[in-house]
Amino acid sequence: MSMLQNIVTIVLVIGGTFFMLVGSIGINRLPDFYTRTHASGKVDTLGIIMFLSGLAVHQGFSLNAAKLLLIIAFMAFTSPVASHALSRRALLFGMKPWYGHGKDKS
Amino acid sequence: MDTFFLVIAFILCLALLIPFYRVYKGPTVFDRLLGAAAVGTKTITLILLFGIMYEYLDMFIDISLGYAILNFIGVIAMAKYFRSKERASK
Repeated sequence: MSMLQNIVTIVLVIGGTFFMLVGSIGINRLPDFYTRTHASGKVDTLGIIMFLSGLAVHQGFSLNAAKLLLIIAFMAFTSPVASHALSRRALLFGMKPWYGHGKDKS
Repeated sequence: MDTFFLVIAFILCLALLIPFYRVYKGPTVFDRLLGAAAVGTKTITLILLFGIMYEYLDMFIDISLGYAILNFIGVIAMAKYFRSKERASK
């Protein structure tokens, strides 16, 4: 394995882990269901795409890298779709969005 | 490189345990479902890391692909199931 491959793998995997950790913290810390959907639908998707890209670079030019690219394409489609389905169901259920701590209620 | 993947696996275990608080505490059922979907996303990456550490990635990639499909189908099925208000407000 070449040196460049190692460096690209380490940068992509650390970036993906960072974004997944940020997404986990955001799911706990954000104040509302609709804002938590951002942490689950956007930040987690970016994190897993970076992580799996790093693993595909680590595998080199092989069948495993092709399968990892297949998982990347699948996650890029399905993770936002699942978050959108949940938030649409919550909106139809009648959940009110969060308007701040009562300061600028419009 | 093996030590690096081990450290990343520990950090991912921490990131996997954090949404369990939301699954336990969530005010509505949608918060719990969102936390469960986040846990499933992290589990896919952990399975792939185990495959790299055991040097048998061919099998673990298929397992993680099946896990991704099951996670998506589960969330969509739950969003369909909680269509009615009396189911979601329990």
